[in-house]
Amino acid sequence: MNDLLEILQDLHPEIDYETNTQLVTGKIFDSFDIVTIIAEVNDAFDVTIPAEEIVEKNFDSARALYALITRLMDED
Amino acid sequence: MLFTSYLFIGFVLLTLLLYYSFPKRFQWMILLFASMVFYAYSGIGNLIYILTTVLTTYLAATQIGRLQNRTEVYISEHRQELSREERKTYKAAMKKKQRLLMVSCLVFNLGILAVIKYSNFTIDNINKIADMFHKGTISFLDIALPMGISFYTFQTMSYLIDVYRAKHPPEKNIFRLALFTSFFPQIIQGPISRYEDLSQTLYGSHDRNGREIMFGLQRVLWGFFKKLVIADRMVIAVNTIINNTDDYSGIYVFLLMILYSIELYADFTGGIDITIGIAQMFGIKMKENFERPYFSKSITEFWRRWHITMGTWFKDYIFYPISVSQPMLKLSKNARKWFGDALGKRMPVYLATIVTWFATGIWHGASWNFIVWGLLNCLVIMISQEFTPLYERFHRHFPYGNTTWYRAFQILRTFLLMSAIRVLDCYRNVGLTFKMAGTIFTDWNLKGLLQGGWNTLGLTIADIILLCAAVLLVFMVSMLQRSGSVRVKIEQKGPYAVFAVFLLLFVGILIFGAYGTGYDSNQFIYNQF
Repeated sequence: MNDLLEILQDLHPEIDYETNTQLVTGKIFDSFDIVTIIAEVNDAFDVTIPAEEIVEKNFDSARALYALITRLMDED
Repeated sequence: MLFTSYLFIGFVLLTLLLYYSFPKRFQWMILLFASMVFYAYSGIGNLIYILTTVLTTYLAATQIGRLQNRTEVYISEHRQELSREERKTYKAAMKKKQRLLMVSCLVFNLGILAVIKYSNFTIDNINKIADMFHKGTISFLDIALPMGISFYTFQTMSYLIDVYRAKHPPEKNIFRLALFTSFFPQIIQGPISRYEDLSQTLYGSHDRNGREIMFGLQRVLWGFFKKLVIADRMVIAVNTIINNTDDYSGIYVFLLMILYSIELYADFTGGIDITIGIAQMFGIKMKENFERPYFSKSITEFWRRWHITMGTWFKDYIFYPISVSQPMLKLSKNARKWFGDALGKRMPVYLATIVTWFATGIWHGASWNFIVWGLLNCLVIMISQEFTPLYERFHRHFPYGNTTWYRAFQILRTFLLMSAIRVLDCYRNVGLTFKMAGTIFTDWNLKGLLQGGWNTLGLTIADIILLCAAVLLVFMVSMLQRSGSVRVKIEQKGPYAVFAVFLLLFVGILIFGAYGTGYDSNQFIYNQF
C-alpha cells in the first residue's frame, strides 16, 4: 500500500489518500492521471491493469485501487 | 423524416398512443416496429445496412457469451485436477477465441462504415496525387450514407466490446438488440447509448405517467425552441458569411466564429433535448449528452461537458486501450530512459491522445477539415497539459484563480478558442479556412460592419432582437440549471406556471420559429455525421 501511496502522492501531493474516496467522481484524477498511474503500477508491482478495469469504482480511492492491484496479482 | 416536421410529430403521437394502449409486454415491440418504420422512411434499402450490423453483432456476442460460459463451467468442474498454470492457459486460449470473434465482427462493421463513408474521400485524395503525376483518375462511388450509421455502428461496437469484457451478458433476443441499435429518437444524432444503461428502461413495462410525459413534452418543446427559433434563424447569417468569402472577411469571420458556436449549440443540444424528451415520454431514461459546456474553464473540461457520450466512447474504447496496451507500457519505460522521467511518462499518453483525436476528427466527417479540427483540439489539450506546472506557479504568485473575474476570463477564453477551432466546420477546405481566419488579423474592417454591413447578412432588426432575447433566455435557463432541474422548479410554482410555460414555448415556437422560404427548417447539423 505504501508503494501505491507514494505513486499517488507524486501525482497530487495535496490530496489525503487515506480519506478521499472520490478521486474520479470528484474530478481529481483525469484520464491523463489514470494512464500515468497504470504505467507506474505496472513498473512498481509488475501487474497490468487492463482497459476494462478502468472504471470509477476501481480508481475512486487508494484503497479500491490497491484492492484491484492485489486481485490482479492473485489472478496472475 | 425531419424531427421538426409535422409528419414526425404525428408519428411520435401515434406511437405514444399505441405504446400506452397495448398491454405492457408489447411496448418494446411497438418501439421496434416504430423504429423500423422510421428507418425505412429514410430509404427502405438502407435497412439492409443496419440489419446486417444487428445480425453480425448478435451472432458474435452470442458466441462470445457461450465461450465465456463454457470457460466458467470447465474451470469450476475441473478446479481440483487442473493446476493454476493449466487453468490460466485454458482461460487464455478461450479468451483468444473470443477476441478473434470480436475483432472479426468489429472489422466487418467498421469496414461497412469505412467503405460507405470514406471511399470517396480516399478516392479524392488518390485522384489528387494521381493528378500531380498526370495519371488517370478513379471514378467516385455512388453510395448514399445510411441514416445514423456512425452512431449505430459505435453503439453496437461498444455493446460487443462490453460483452467481450464481461461487463454484461449478451442479449438473447435479436429483436431486442435490434431495438437497442435502432431506437428511433436517438438514431439520427445520438446520444451514443451503452447497453447496460439503456437496457434498464428500454425493454421495461411502463405505466402512463403524467408527470414524466409532461416533463418529456416540456423538454421536447424547449428543444424545438432552440432549434427553430435560434439555430434555424442564426444559420441564415452563418451561411451568408460562409458562401460569400469575397464580401465577408475580417470581422465577419470573427462574427462567424461566435454565431456558428451559438447555432451549433442550439442545434445540437436542441436535437438532444427532443431525443431525450421523447424517450422520457415513453418512460425511457437516456444519458445526458451536455452539461452546460460553454461554462467550461478549459478545453479538457469542455470536452467532458460537450457531446459527453461520444467523448466517453472514445476514451473507453480507444484512448484507454491504446494507452495501457503492452507496447505503450514498454514505450513508456523506454521513453523515460531516453527523455527523462517527466517527458517519458507523458509520451505514451500523448501518442494515444493523437490517435484518439484523429479518430474523433475522421468520425465527424470524411474530410481534411475534420481531421485538422481533431488534431488542433489535440494540440491545444497537449499544450495546456505541458503548461500546467507554469499555470500552477503563476497562480501561486498571483492568487486570482478563484475570483469571479478570473473564472469569467477562463470561460470566455475557452469559448473563443473552441469557436476558433470550429471554423473548420464552416469553410469548404482547410486552406480556405486558414486564409479566411487570417483576414481577422489583416483585414479587420469594423467600419464596414458598423456602416450597414450587419444589415446584409439576411437578418432583419427584428430577427437580431429576437435572437438576442432567445440566447439570453437560454443563458438564464443554463444559470438556473446549476442549482437543479428547471422543470422541477417550474412544477413547484404550481399548475398555472406549468401551463404558462407550455403556452409560452408553444406560441413562441409557432410565431418565432424560422420557417418558409429561406427559413427552411433544416436538418440537424449532426445528421451528417
